[in-house]
Amino acid sequence: MAIKWLIDASYFVAAILFILGLKGMSSPVSARKGIVWAGVGMVLATVVTFLTPGMNNFALMVIAIALGGAVAWISGKKVAMTDMPQMVAIYNGMGGGAAAAIAAVEFARGEMHGTVVTLLATLGALIGAVSFSGSVVAWAKLQGVMKKAFRLPAQNAVNIVLALVTVAVGGAIVIAPTVDPLLVVAFFVLALVLGTVITLPIGGADMPVVISLFNAFTGLAVGFEGFVMGIPALIIAGIVVGAAGTLLTQLMAKAMNRPISNILFVPMAAAGGGEAVEGEQKEVGAMDAAAMMRYASKVIIVPGYGMAVAGAQHKVWEMTELLEEAGVEVVFAIHPVAGRMPGHMNVLLAEAGVPYDKIFDLEEINGDFAQADVALVIGANDVVNPSARTDKSSPIYGMPILNADLAQNVIVVKRGKGTGYSGIENALFYKDNTRLLYGSAQQAIGEVIQHVKALSV
Amino acid sequence: MDGMLALYIFMLAAFTGYEVISRVPVILHTPLMSGSNFVHGVVLVGGMIALGQAETPLEQAIGFVAVLLGAANAAGGYVVTERMLAMFKAKEKK
Repeated sequence: MAIKWLIDASYFVAAILFILGLKGMSSPVSARKGIVWAGVGMVLATVVTFLTPGMNNFALMVIAIALGGAVAWISGKKVAMTDMPQMVAIYNGMGGGAAAAIAAVEFARGEMHGTVVTLLATLGALIGAVSFSGSVVAWAKLQGVMKKAFRLPAQNAVNIVLALVTVAVGGAIVIAPTVDPLLVVAFFVLALVLGTVITLPIGGADMPVVISLFNAFTGLAVGFEGFVMGIPALIIAGIVVGAAGTLLTQLMAKAMNRPISNILFVPMAAAGGGEAVEGEQKEVGAMDAAAMMRYASKVIIVPGYGMAVAGAQHKVWEMTELLEEAGVEVVFAIHPVAGRMPGHMNVLLAEAGVPYDKIFDLEEINGDFAQADVALVIGANDVVNPSARTDKSSPIYGMPILNADLAQNVIVVKRGKGTGYSGIENALFYKDNTRLLYGSAQQAIGEVIQHVKALSV
Repeated sequence: MDGMLALYIFMLAAFTGYEVISRVPVILHTPLMSGSNFVHGVVLVGGMIALGQAETPLEQAIGFVAVLLGAANAAGGYVVTERMLAMFKAKEKK
């Protein structure tokens, strides 16, 4: 009994640590402590589980933990910050897979106690399996393993029919007095196919929202399986993540002005739409760009994913420091969906050493553009497209954007004349006060740095 | 477990999750997504118990997969979250 008490008490403490850990992450000051607390909770919960009376297969257990833990630990240490979204996706998918596998073991044992337990086990299995296969597809797309978005004819109808069939088979499992192995196998296959088919047509730009949604899904699946196993710590951790993930998904979708149902069912057209843009793009050299910023009193930098891909964030920070030494006020403006996940750009800038008190989000900074002498847009496109404010026919109309076009001057660092990730023309590039600095961000900013240095001597 | 009691736990946990996240600044959204991803890695515990009770080779095989995936979720989630959060620094006073 003493052992039982120790285990229960440890799970209780672990649950507290998880919640405190997540709460700690609500401020940059305590965020690091937060993840360490949650980590302590995880180790505690894992260690005491070995003491559970009546367990077998310890050798298998240790091998599985060592193998899964080591592979994930090493890959997590090595992954580049730009590849973080797909890494989170794949770890999340594994959690969903684990929840589904737990349900599968329970089905194989055939010892379900009551309809409610079977119902939640089945629901958890469905959500977990969808999260697993969906996350793997999301990973493959962001990693570039899978290049194109596949759309079946009548995609939405296929999704709905498939979902209904899967739920029907799940319902049959719940109602059946004994576990039918064939039904269970069919159910898992259907759920895995469903996750794949839902995720396949979704474009890369919408993927962060989908990853966040699957994160919430996995949380729910874990919570349900926690009920099946009778472990309150799993219920609490799972449902807390489920709720938090749902809120986070909503925040992201709102930032993109794309209802979640739109992302899942009506993928954005790859190109076209919107009024034709008139005018021409006016080029600027690195020397003039450097002079414009060196003699400005306020510069707002708008970094986009293009900057991160070019690996230019360190150069950008070097330039920022030079400008500050010359007395220019420099701040960073980050769109909620800059990068591939909300907050991804903050991570990339933090990696380069930019302090977080120089970084402002959309609501904080949008009023300041009118007072800025220069807005420097680096590798960002759709998030500064004024058509989102003005052109009702544009596919991104209504999306909140950074009002870089209101600055006195706009410098856009851009690789070439093409359109952005979504394929939409950007009216900002054609405005009278906009100058384009062509080249990779790395090389263009490098040249600007040289010229700023020359001006400061 | 008592179904009604579990329902209360579900409800309170859902509110807790919502409240905890609602005060998080945008700059921490990515680490937070990763951090919450780590927290549901506790599914590892459920996997261990499922494997511990497994008897037939089939149950053992699926249980093994559950523990393997759960451990990967927990370990990977922790490492990437910790790496990201370690980079957030306020401007150093000179």
